[in-house]
Amino acid sequence: MTDTPAIAISDLRKRYAAGTEALRGVSLTVPRGELFALLGPNGAGKTTLIGVVTGLVTKTSGAVSVFGVDNAQEPEKTRTMIGLCGQEINFDPWMKPLDIVVNQAGYYGIPRSVAIPRAERILTDLGLWEKRDQIGFRLSGGMKRRLMIARALIHEPQLLILDEPTAGVDVELRRSMWDYLTKLTAQGITILLTTHYLEEAEQLAKHVAIINKGEIVANGTLEEILALHDGTSSGYSSGKLEDVFIQLTKEV
Amino acid sequence: MTPYQQYISFYTMLRKGVIRIFRIWSQTLLPSLVTSVLYFTVFGSILGSRIGSLNGVPYILFVVPGLIMLSVITNSFMEVASTFFFSKFFSRNIDEILVSPTPPWVIIAGFIASGVVRGMLIGALVLLVSLFFALPSVAHPLVVLLFLFLSSAVFALGGLVNGIFAKDFDGISIVPTFVLTPLVYLGGVFYSIHSLPPLWQTISLANPILYIINGFRYGFLGTSDVSLAVCTLVLFGMGAILTGINIYLLRQGLGLRQ
Repeated sequence: MTDTPAIAISDLRKRYAAGTEALRGVSLTVPRGELFALLGPNGAGKTTLIGVVTGLVTKTSGAVSVFGVDNAQEPEKTRTMIGLCGQEINFDPWMKPLDIVVNQAGYYGIPRSVAIPRAERILTDLGLWEKRDQIGFRLSGGMKRRLMIARALIHEPQLLILDEPTAGVDVELRRSMWDYLTKLTAQGITILLTTHYLEEAEQLAKHVAIINKGEIVANGTLEEILALHDGTSSGYSSGKLEDVFIQLTKEV
Repeated sequence: MTPYQQYISFYTMLRKGVIRIFRIWSQTLLPSLVTSVLYFTVFGSILGSRIGSLNGVPYILFVVPGLIMLSVITNSFMEVASTFFFSKFFSRNIDEILVSPTPPWVIIAGFIASGVVRGMLIGALVLLVSLFFALPSVAHPLVVLLFLFLSSAVFALGGLVNGIFAKDFDGISIVPTFVLTPLVYLGGVFYSIHSLPPLWQTISLANPILYIINGFRYGFLGTSDVSLAVCTLVLFGMGAILTGINIYLLRQGLGLRQ
């Protein structure tokens, strides 16, 4: 079924043990085969939402399906379809990039004989093949970010989730990562991207959702979101999306 | 996941664990060897010669199985407890496995296998060290191997429970320091419980490690304070209980999934 969305979220709620209500009835559909940007200020619930989709966070109520498969009913199947590049650098810092990526393939049941040539291709694409035998913690910040993406792609997921992948990355590298993400979507991979860089969403995303205090406050195509612009400006020469973002997420 | 894919995932975890053990050998292997040399020197050569024999065997031969088991227990426990704790709190690379389709029982098996490898490796190395001080006979090699393997597995399972619950550094040092070590020392490493007053003999029987050390000692000496059947039963019982607890904890995601 080609019209089945990559992610379908319905009335998703998450209340942490400490009482914090991180998600308050989130409903969202991420179309397959394109880059979808999820924007929101710090603490809005972006990472919690991603955590629920990937199974790292247990939901309080609601439903999440990935390519039509319920992630509570068939978690193993949905996990096979998802590649996650989290916000924090979370690989074993004492391991080498090639081992990190090949081991990740192993956790998906992919033998080393298959994983090593695949890792060579992905690491080469991301400019890391020359660094394959260097200890992880010695890599630069940008290289670590790219290694996280390589690790998320090794099992050839249909859905790639990137939680602020360009945070702390210089402009040149960010642009090269944009090119790479565009290439991935051209290959049919759906990408859910959270970012603080609104120009990134403007450049890459067809659809955008804005989340604030655990609720989706805007959701639509980039054009539809930009149409929400009320004419006021922050006074800086930023893009219109930034004005809309501030307009929708500002404290009243 | 198919059984073959589960095997690949298990093998990946084991391979990673074993490489880590050898990569940081000065932290994982060396300390127990140094400690063992000291124990064999003090209790074997210096004090042992004054004590003479216990249960009909020279004192150093009596303590060899206990000292091997002391190293096996602490190493298999700490291997899993510390690896799991660090991957949960510091590098946070436990997420690598949690986002994958690897089922909980394979995750448990993968961590436990590393603990078993380290436990058995340490056991073999301490036995080698003991050869410099005495020539222990092995009455029942299969019993020795069975207890070496099962003890490593049981305490690796215990280490995993500890690693799952630990919330800070204290959390992984409290159990080994204040629970495990006293139980091992009071479990008959250095003495036979028959040398204790009747009340303390009865109290000692509540210590599960007593059965493990005595079962292992039976493998070497052919004699033990407790019957081999009871020792084996206790070991299997502990393994079954700890496996159940670990599966429950991982399925619930306690300490892992928020």
